Amino acid sequence: MTTYPNALLGLAASQTVGPFFQIGFEALYQNDLTVPGLKGRLVTIRGQVFDGDRLPVPDAVIEIWQANSFGKYAHPEDQQDKPLDLGFTGFGRCPTDAEGRFGFRTVRPGPVPSSTETPQAPHINVSIFMRGLLDRLVTRVYFFDDDRNRTDEILNLIDPARRSTLLARPASDDSDAYVWNIVLQGDDETVFLDF
Amino acid sequence: MKNNGVFPLRRYRSPAPGIHPPHLYPDYASSVKRAPRHPRVSIPQTLSEITGPGFQPHQLKLGADLTAQSSGKPAGQRILLSGRVLDEDGKPVGNTLIEIWQANAAGRYHHAVDQHNAPLDPNFFGKGQLLTDDEGRYQFKTIKPGAYPWRNHPNAWRPAHIHFSLFGPAISTRLVTQMYFPGDPLLPYDPIFNGIRDEAARQRLIARFDWNTTVPEQALGFTFDIVLRGRLETPMENRL
Repeated sequence: MTTYPNALLGLAASQTVGPFFQIGFEALYQNDLTVPGLKGRLVTIRGQVFDGDRLPVPDAVIEIWQANSFGKYAHPEDQQDKPLDLGFTGFGRCPTDAEGRFGFRTVRPGPVPSSTETPQAPHINVSIFMRGLLDRLVTRVYFFDDDRNRTDEILNLIDPARRSTLLARPASDDSDAYVWNIVLQGDDETVFLDF
Repeated sequence: MKNNGVFPLRRYRSPAPGIHPPHLYPDYASSVKRAPRHPRVSIPQTLSEITGPGFQPHQLKLGADLTAQSSGKPAGQRILLSGRVLDEDGKPVGNTLIEIWQANAAGRYHHAVDQHNAPLDPNFFGKGQLLTDDEGRYQFKTIKPGAYPWRNHPNAWRPAHIHFSLFGPAISTRLVTQMYFPGDPLLPYDPIFNGIRDEAARQRLIARFDWNTTVPEQALGFTFDIVLRGRLETPMENRL
């Protein structure tokens, strides 16, 4: 079929969430994605959001979307023959606190398919909204200690010198925790994606 | 197709340039320290990008009538805000979550950080949720918000607006936007609205006054249709 771009309806443009998103978003804040009986290794991912002056951002909201430990998304277009976990939605939403901190309790996701024969390395999809951003930022977080990162289709599209900005590192104080900061500007600016 | 084969991924179209505002837009002062300086890295849409969260009725905690969230009646002009959520091909986006939040009629948000010297309304909290119906339709009943002063530049006022958050079928279609009102004299001066470089895209964020949904002696009707990204025609292969 031929596409006729002129016949398309006009897309709605993005606007900032502004400083008061809590009013509308709070009812669906969810920083603990775990449910009873959830299969897999439970982990905490925590971090801070920093601006161009290296100051913490106290008014950001982070949303995550992830597969379960089998690498299956709770979504009708994931047609893989893999089990779902009852009650696990894969969605989380957490505002930053006064020190720019956020955190999620969740399960380490399994690998999901790529466009090649090698599945993608386990990752969590992230959207970042805040006052000052007229459009959201999107990125991914991977696990530092996962060998599959080396063959990941998406990580390999990123300048090797900046790849580490997408890796959550094991926390020194908690064997189940990973630390991943979001840096909006600077030498260690997080890699943001466009898709 | 389920096992060890290939199933089609129906990817989403890229937005035309100029529709979404740039991250760095110095007229909007707080973008300067928050907008990334490196270009974003373009990636192909995989299963991760063409899936996204769905919501069930039992997960919703707020109603769609913002004038009925207290025992008393909120002050201000009652409005009925109706519309459809469609994709770029005109296909309805049904059963998708819409969240809205807004200031009250005096231009004050029900939020601890808002210290604007305008009255809070004990009967108005300014938040609502709903799922669109199978045809993508929605309707909120609320109060027309007032203009809101801010400190972006001297004597800065935001035009009256209602914040809209939508998910659509995938994280690729996730959208947070703002709806404005027709004829608002503040629109030409607002750096958030004007961060959208495309004139037609700016106009699309302005609701239309609508006699058909105006309820006699009750509420003015406004219509606001929202278009999310549509699908590309050719599915891509995705290996299991």
